[in-house]
Amino acid sequence: MYDPATAILGKDAVFEAHPENAAVKALTELATDAKYDRDELTLTVARENIVAAMRALQQAGYNFFEDATAVDWYPSEPRFQVTYHILSHKLKQRVRIVVRLHSDDASLDSITSVWPAANFYEREVFDLFGIHFGGHPNLRRIMMPEDWNGHPLRKDYPVEGYR
Amino acid sequence: MSPVHEITGAAAIDPGVEDVLKDAALNRLNEPPADQTMVINMGPQHPSTHGVLRLVLEIDGETVVSMAPDIGYLHTGIEKTCEAKFYQQVVPMTDRIDYLSPMTNNTAYALAVEKLLGLEIPPKAQWLRVLFNELMRLNSHLVWLGTHAMDIGALTVFLYCFREREQLLRIFEAVAGQRMMTSYVRIGGLSMEPPRDLYNRIRTFLNDFPAHIDEYEGLLQNNPIWINRLKGVGYISPEDAIALGLSGPPLRAAGIDFDLRRDMPYSSYEKFQFQVPVATESDVWARYILRMQEMRESVKICLQALDGMPEGRYVADAPKIILPDREQMKTQMESLIHHFKIVTEGFGVPAGEATSSVEAAHGPMNYYVVSDGTAKPYRVHMRNSDYANLQALETMCKGRLLADVVAVIGSIDIVLGAIDR
Repeated sequence: MYDPATAILGKDAVFEAHPENAAVKALTELATDAKYDRDELTLTVARENIVAAMRALQQAGYNFFEDATAVDWYPSEPRFQVTYHILSHKLKQRVRIVVRLHSDDASLDSITSVWPAANFYEREVFDLFGIHFGGHPNLRRIMMPEDWNGHPLRKDYPVEGYR
Repeated sequence: MSPVHEITGAAAIDPGVEDVLKDAALNRLNEPPADQTMVINMGPQHPSTHGVLRLVLEIDGETVVSMAPDIGYLHTGIEKTCEAKFYQQVVPMTDRIDYLSPMTNNTAYALAVEKLLGLEIPPKAQWLRVLFNELMRLNSHLVWLGTHAMDIGALTVFLYCFREREQLLRIFEAVAGQRMMTSYVRIGGLSMEPPRDLYNRIRTFLNDFPAHIDEYEGLLQNNPIWINRLKGVGYISPEDAIALGLSGPPLRAAGIDFDLRRDMPYSSYEKFQFQVPVATESDVWARYILRMQEMRESVKICLQALDGMPEGRYVADAPKIILPDREQMKTQMESLIHHFKIVTEGFGVPAGEATSSVEAAHGPMNYYVVSDGTAKPYRVHMRNSDYANLQALETMCKGRLLADVVAVIGSIDIVLGAIDR
């Protein structure tokens, strides 16, 4: 069974335990927090650095953008957690990049300039969570109808009944 | 003015036409439609869009100038629904994501939750998961081949493919009690022990299957229409493929040798011997050849799984997570309590987040599950290759003939259930 004591929490502890990891090397400066849990590396990045962080990862061999999604931690703040999964075909490993956003200004820069593949995924997060991606070429709803009110995957949006 | 405007006139525009024009204007970003182009609508009820995909196409004569996929017609909010269910109740929801390979979806979800729980799965369950994942790949590829050939005009292949698929569906029914929405792979193992004669049935099917693949190839491989419609169509460069997030068989057909089963093994795949087919032409033909080779490799993996099937339990030993045996539940107080607790209250999962990744028939399939320590998942996100592959459609079709769009859609093998979720 899972033992919470095996998780390595905090930037210093993770960077000390995995100094050879390519993502750790690439984001030594930019990461603000880190977690190594269940054999998965999660790095937190400040929202103004997301494009720079993605470029650094791309140069470090993480060539493939897998997905972008979000988690709503309503009612706590920072409310939104935008999660990116980036894969390296060469290193055969994955890194999870997390950006935390406050609800009063839920926006960050689009990474479509680094990976055009992020286009649909960012539209999906915009549609279902209402997080704005600056610099996105075509930020419109993708799943829900154009004239829909609200963002269904937010936690204050009910699963059934009236909105 | 585009011809559509001239023909219909402002007052006589149908609501549908108006929508198409509005969509086209929105999707074309900055430049207005050129004078000689026409905007047409394809889908969502078009027979070769494989579901409810809608494409807004701008064409110049027969040549595709630009294209915008419009999705969401099958959006059922599965990710939202998952948040309101216990962990074990999410399994049947996952069947409906990529409905051509339900057990692969189940496996991906089960692996993510097992990672959160830190649960060890017995070898027999892992082998059976490999066996059924590969049978699901055959199932999905048979539907792909049948419908792809039908789109191009070779109707016969469809009937042959569905003849074999019927045998597969009967195997799934024998093992899970359901033909399509199987929910067979569960958190901690499988839902039940396979019936006694099942392995022989699967072996008989697998022994015949390579001859059936030869039969399909006999119908298609030397057919001049098939060759001309496929060769050189839908090219995408490896750089574009990576940039646009193309994955699975189309990515391997572009020369990028990456397969999760071999490179990041899960569920004991590292103990199986198989080849990963790769092609470099990156056209519809290469994707066809590659999937045919994948089917032959899948047969080999299935036979290895049957030959080396370990003895033992088909579920992990975790009475607080896995429903007890029916017989035990009726005779032992402890088991009855566990059964009651799991059904009424679910089971708590330690807080944290986990991503599982499996190589489904359409390409890598990731499940991202976030737990807040309660009995219901806080967030479930599915990443399917279909969604990313659809983004690359425009690059593959641009500058080609309108009729090629149908061939290219067939070659990226999309299931709209996996795209809209």
